[in-house]
Amino acid sequence: MQPVMTEIALTVNGREARLAVDTRTSLLDLLREHLDLAGAKKGCDHGQCGSCTVLVDGRRANACLALAVAHQGAEITTVEGLAGGEELHPLQQSFVDHDAFQCGYCTPGQLCSGVAALAEARAGWPSAVTADLAADAVALDAAEIRERMSGNICRCGAYPGIVAAVAEQAAR
Amino acid sequence: MRPFAYEAAADADGAVAALARGTAAARYLGGGTNLVDLMRLGVEQPELLVDVTRLAHGAIEPLDGGGLRIGAEVRNSDCAADRAVRERFPVLAQALLAGASGQLRNLATTAGNLLQRTRCAYFQDVSKPCNKRAVGSGCPAIEGDHRNLAILGHSEACVATHPSDMAVALAALGARVVVRGPGGERTIAMPGLHRLPGDEPERDTVLEHGDLITAVEVPGLPWATRSRYRKVRDRASFAFAVVSVAAALDVDEAGGTVRDARLALGGVAHVPWRALAAEDALRGAPATRESFEAAAEAELAAAEPLRDNAFKVSLAHNLIVRTLLELAGA
Ligand SMILES: Cc1cc2nc3c(=O)[nH]c(=O)nc-3n(C[C@H](O)[C@H](O)[C@H](O)COP(=O)(O)OP(=O)(O)OC[C@H]3O[C@@H](n4cnc5c(N)ncnc54)[C@H](O)[C@@H]3O)c2cc1C
Ligand code: FES
Ligand code: FES
Repeated sequence: MQPVMTEIALTVNGREARLAVDTRTSLLDLLREHLDLAGAKKGCDHGQCGSCTVLVDGRRANACLALAVAHQGAEITTVEGLAGGEELHPLQQSFVDHDAFQCGYCTPGQLCSGVAALAEARAGWPSAVTADLAADAVALDAAEIRERMSGNICRCGAYPGIVAAVAEQAAR
Repeated sequence: MRPFAYEAAADADGAVAALARGTAAARYLGGGTNLVDLMRLGVEQPELLVDVTRLAHGAIEPLDGGGLRIGAEVRNSDCAADRAVRERFPVLAQALLAGASGQLRNLATTAGNLLQRTRCAYFQDVSKPCNKRAVGSGCPAIEGDHRNLAILGHSEACVATHPSDMAVALAALGARVVVRGPGGERTIAMPGLHRLPGDEPERDTVLEHGDLITAVEVPGLPWATRSRYRKVRDRASFAFAVVSVAAALDVDEAGGTVRDARLALGGVAHVPWRALAAEDALRGAPATRESFEAAAEAELAAAEPLRDNAFKVSLAHNLIVRTLLELAGA
């Protein structure tokens, strides 16, 4: 079978993108190879590391396992879209302040994942370590943050800083 | 990855018709978190993907009698966060939250979760034989790496386990899977969706090619408010189960006698394993450690561990007892 090309249109960091891609293209390759947004990283390409995490319609997702063709019309936010111009996103500032990275490879995924994890907690979503499933609100202590961020692996082991940075924003 | 055509179906009939037009290698696409992974590994080589995530199967609705109808395309994260799921079936919310990661659960759908394939390393490696992937090629896991494979219901052809956490909770709750096929609609009661490997390990479930799951119905079970999912894994989070237990317990007001119980095991078989022998042993028994030990023994008497996974039998035993004790004390 010959490669199949499809026209897709979606919004990335507020800008509309319209292009023809091979149906096999992942959302991650679309961002990195076609739109020159190299922030989201390809750590494993199998959903196992979280370095490709972006926001799809405001929700975090592994861009490596998402097919671009299946995201017609979606609104994507990558790490490049978190900051407002020269103004860092508050979580980015907390990452800087708490040494939440060493090599920085996992950081774009950590940041997108962290932004979404904070929103999920604000919406009252429980996690595997939430004792009371019926509760309306969850307090993000270290155990909650570690569980909610467990889909993002950091080979440098910057976890203590990451937990501190997310905790700082949770307390806001 | 092999090239493939892509279609987004507008409704269930359209999806079934679109798939029927494809070859035997056409597949429905949910969140893609298992299928795309397997396509990248060369295990799956579809020529056509029919995207079913845009069908109107994305809602959770109440059923008469306290049950819930969960649309096939409801994302695992939304199902776990749903108020009614959390209140009526804590075991289901916990099982979902114990699986994968926050970002994967946002993509993963109810139907895709049920139909995810085994994580057996030989199945995922196309350079190795595997009866499930390449019919008749053999099962290297029987002599090879099987630490995390089956202890119950396996065959000489296959010792793989089903990896889903959610399916274990649904098996305990006796959920019904609503299926639309070329011949119309039918309902399959869990745990009957999945099948033991026997001499046809290539078939994970009783579904036929082209069958579309449209919903999962969880029948009302008032005492499932006292239910729980416990999962043992090799690291604290983001890992598949080594052994897991889904349990619900109905103890009389005095707290002395078990009126009814639901129990299912994960990580131990080719199917989410409904522990009917244990349930029988529990019904009418005093809610004590001795009864829980006896129930676990009744179920695990059938276990046939492989060379390197006998530890799973005692792990399952201890997990059953601990989970029931927690529920009895709750
Ligand atoms: C790193 C990693 C860790 C994970 N950890 C866990 C874990 O701990 N516990 C756990 O339970 N799971 C785990 N998972 C698996 C995950 O839960 C599944 O991949 C997911 O639930 C599959 O759902 P999906 O919608 O993405 O399915 P897809 O990948 O889209 O589809 C899976 C299968 O279902 C079929 N299908 C999809 N929808 C339908 C339908 N409506 N009708 C008929 N057939 C359909 C597809 O054709 C395909 O064969 C993990 C996955 C990854 C990548
Ligand atoms: S690259 Fe997507 S999870 Fe690793
Ligand atoms: S900072 Fe290096 S991998 Fe996380």
